[in-house]
Amino acid sequence: MMETLSHLSLGFGVALTLKNIALCFAGCLVGTLIGVLPGVGPIATISILLPITFGLDPTGALIMLAGIYYGAQYGGSTTAILVNIPGEATSVVTTLDGHQMAKQGRAGIALGIAAIGSFFAGCVATLIIAALGAPLTKMALLFGPAEYFSLMVMGLCFAVVLARGSILKAFCMIMLGLLFSTVGTDLETGQERLTFGVASLSDGIDFSVLAMGVFGFAEVLRNLESPEARDVVKGKIGRLLPGWADIKQSAAPVLRGTFVGGILGILPGNGAVLGPFASYTMEKKIAKDPSRFGKGAIEGVAGPESANNAGAQTAFIPLLTLGIPPNAVMALMVGAMTIHGIIPGPQVMTRNPELFWGMVASMWIGNLMLLVINLPLVGMWVKLLQVPYRLMFPAILIFCCIGIYSVNNQPLDVAFTALFGLFGYLLIKLGFEPAPMLLGFVLGKLMEEKLRQALIISRGSFYTFIDYQERPISLALLIVAVLVLAIALLPSISKKREEVFTE
Amino acid sequence: MKKLVLGLAAATALAFTGGAQAQGYPTKPITMIVPFAAGGPTDIIARIVADNMSKTLGQQIVIENVAGAGGTTGITRAVTAAPDGYTIAMGHLGTFSAAPATYPGLKYDPINGMQTIGLAGGTPILIVARKTFEPKDLKEFVAYVKANTDKVNEAHAGLGSVSWTTCTLLKGILGTPKINAVAYRGTGPALNDLVSGQVDFMCDQIVSVAEQVRANTIKAYAIASAQRSPALPDVPTTKEAGLPDYQIEAWNGIAGPKGMPKEAVDKLVDALDKALNDEGTKKRLLDLGTVLPTAEERTPAGFAALIKRDADKLTPALSAAPKQ
Repeated sequence: MMETLSHLSLGFGVALTLKNIALCFAGCLVGTLIGVLPGVGPIATISILLPITFGLDPTGALIMLAGIYYGAQYGGSTTAILVNIPGEATSVVTTLDGHQMAKQGRAGIALGIAAIGSFFAGCVATLIIAALGAPLTKMALLFGPAEYFSLMVMGLCFAVVLARGSILKAFCMIMLGLLFSTVGTDLETGQERLTFGVASLSDGIDFSVLAMGVFGFAEVLRNLESPEARDVVKGKIGRLLPGWADIKQSAAPVLRGTFVGGILGILPGNGAVLGPFASYTMEKKIAKDPSRFGKGAIEGVAGPESANNAGAQTAFIPLLTLGIPPNAVMALMVGAMTIHGIIPGPQVMTRNPELFWGMVASMWIGNLMLLVINLPLVGMWVKLLQVPYRLMFPAILIFCCIGIYSVNNQPLDVAFTALFGLFGYLLIKLGFEPAPMLLGFVLGKLMEEKLRQALIISRGSFYTFIDYQERPISLALLIVAVLVLAIALLPSISKKREEVFTE
Repeated sequence: MKKLVLGLAAATALAFTGGAQAQGYPTKPITMIVPFAAGGPTDIIARIVADNMSKTLGQQIVIENVAGAGGTTGITRAVTAAPDGYTIAMGHLGTFSAAPATYPGLKYDPINGMQTIGLAGGTPILIVARKTFEPKDLKEFVAYVKANTDKVNEAHAGLGSVSWTTCTLLKGILGTPKINAVAYRGTGPALNDLVSGQVDFMCDQIVSVAEQVRANTIKAYAIASAQRSPALPDVPTTKEAGLPDYQIEAWNGIAGPKGMPKEAVDKLVDALDKALNDEGTKKRLLDLGTVLPTAEERTPAGFAALIKRDADKLTPALSAAPKQ
């Protein structure tokens, strides 16, 4: 406990420097902005901003990128409540009751409780990260190549199961990501693989090229299709601070949402998206009068919003302790860390304690800032929803091109990004979700490395992965992976799964 | 765009320095290609040295990072550039001495096909092992490895890396080239698995391993230099510990295309020497664990001899190593 406190004080020392406060604020502001604007998500934004962070020190860069990520969770709820469009995938359920509340003239209360719930959840999640960080890092030392490989297999199984839409399509996307990751020079032999003689491919497909193409460019293309009409609540937003009755009604859902979201967030394979759904279902089941849900029940906003934010933050745990990104945004964080010469994993906490604890502390500060950014300034964000696409999209594209060019000073990179943009658009049109592909791409390099290491150490015996005497952890992880897939494929569960994702 | 900026910078510099200096080399900024990503050990040394050299030369040395294929992409570009003295490169043991034996299709010849300038600094190499590895000292290590060739695992940071190069040399000297080599993406992850005991031993630069050796999470058998390092005074040299043949250092040095004007070579050699004598630059290099080059190694001939010496030392072991 004392140790955690001294770590946190180190963290606050780092996070409270003027520069880091400014970066945290910039991140939260940008995050809220893109959260509010439908169509531009945190994945696209972080991949666009990645090159800009080259000039910053790693701690500052990650503080800002993390701010964008959880800031987007706040901003997403504003759009969900006022416009009935989920600004982010995770605020889908907030549209159900949040927008109804807005129609009843209680928009301010809905926004207020969403922000307060998120703030509470963010604070608790920060404490969870601080408390779990050290023990999990110690556990990570028990992980050899075989365990890491099995852990990633499990993570990818979760990612398949938790992706929206068909399991088969998600599986295909992950496989495609893995395939992309094998392009480039072989680590052991120096042989070039799948480069087709193109010199710029000899070091593999650049992560930022792929991410910015499939997310940045493709998102813009996709948004060009949809009409600009938006159903912004015309009436007044009203009073923001919830009354005593509202708070009493929301307290328990906020606590439950924080708990559910926090736990699911730690799961590998994008468990964080499940949080809001799980919380909403739970509140509806517990409620005395479930029929109120969908008609403006405050619990239906308080619970999912807390779960959403708690999950967004606990998702950092696997990244910071094991070096394994649980979802596509965290995969981008891996990219950001690697660019700055930091290899994500258990050594981050011992070798760069100021980065680890500074980031944890900045999350708490960021949550406080977001409360201020979101509540009093909500009017400004609503106005932003009126910026026409014809100004916004060209600006985004130009920004992307400059960013991509500045990574390696290679004009060919811009062309590749455009190509991946078209490819990403095709995927969206065909109903393939590109996020699992990015996760597969990032994990692919690590998985191949770990697989080969494990096999070299075991002298080529695959038994090493299921050796219950020597490597029980690896065996356990693989069993969980198989179970998850099996359960998801059971007819009754797979039907239920479709319901959850279409709701 | 870049050319335009450089051109503008040159024009401005001309306007300020006046006619007299503009006659001789250098009249415009010099590009120093670093064949690795920004922030790595070679990049840091290049930036420290170039910073001071720019002051002596009166022109900015611009660092350009051209990474890829173990550094050979950047060096290829530098040594095939126009030999006007305005494109040079900071290479290392791998790109200058080991590359010909590592990469069969290499497009440059470090021995006969480039103009050496001088050595910028060396970094000692250590043989380290997991804490629980049975052998207590280097002599026991040698005996153990020879007796258990099919059991021990060595970790390295990928084909062509310093740890791969130096460990392949060690295995060649021990006569055990077949020892299981486990590749990692960089020194960090490799060291991680050494700490947690997944692999048995590795060779790497003192800057990467010193911290863990001092923290006693791994053990060091010997340092492959002529002298002990002030950073780890308790670690014996390979000569003291009984393996005098294993002498290797990871070094960084400057070279350019063959056929550079003599004036350019002389001025660059002089600027490098002045940089290495500058107190501030010296301190920054020493803090990194660098060993400063001797007067001989700072000359083109001395540096070329070093490249040749290490190439001769490495080639038999590297050519025999399994690859491609």
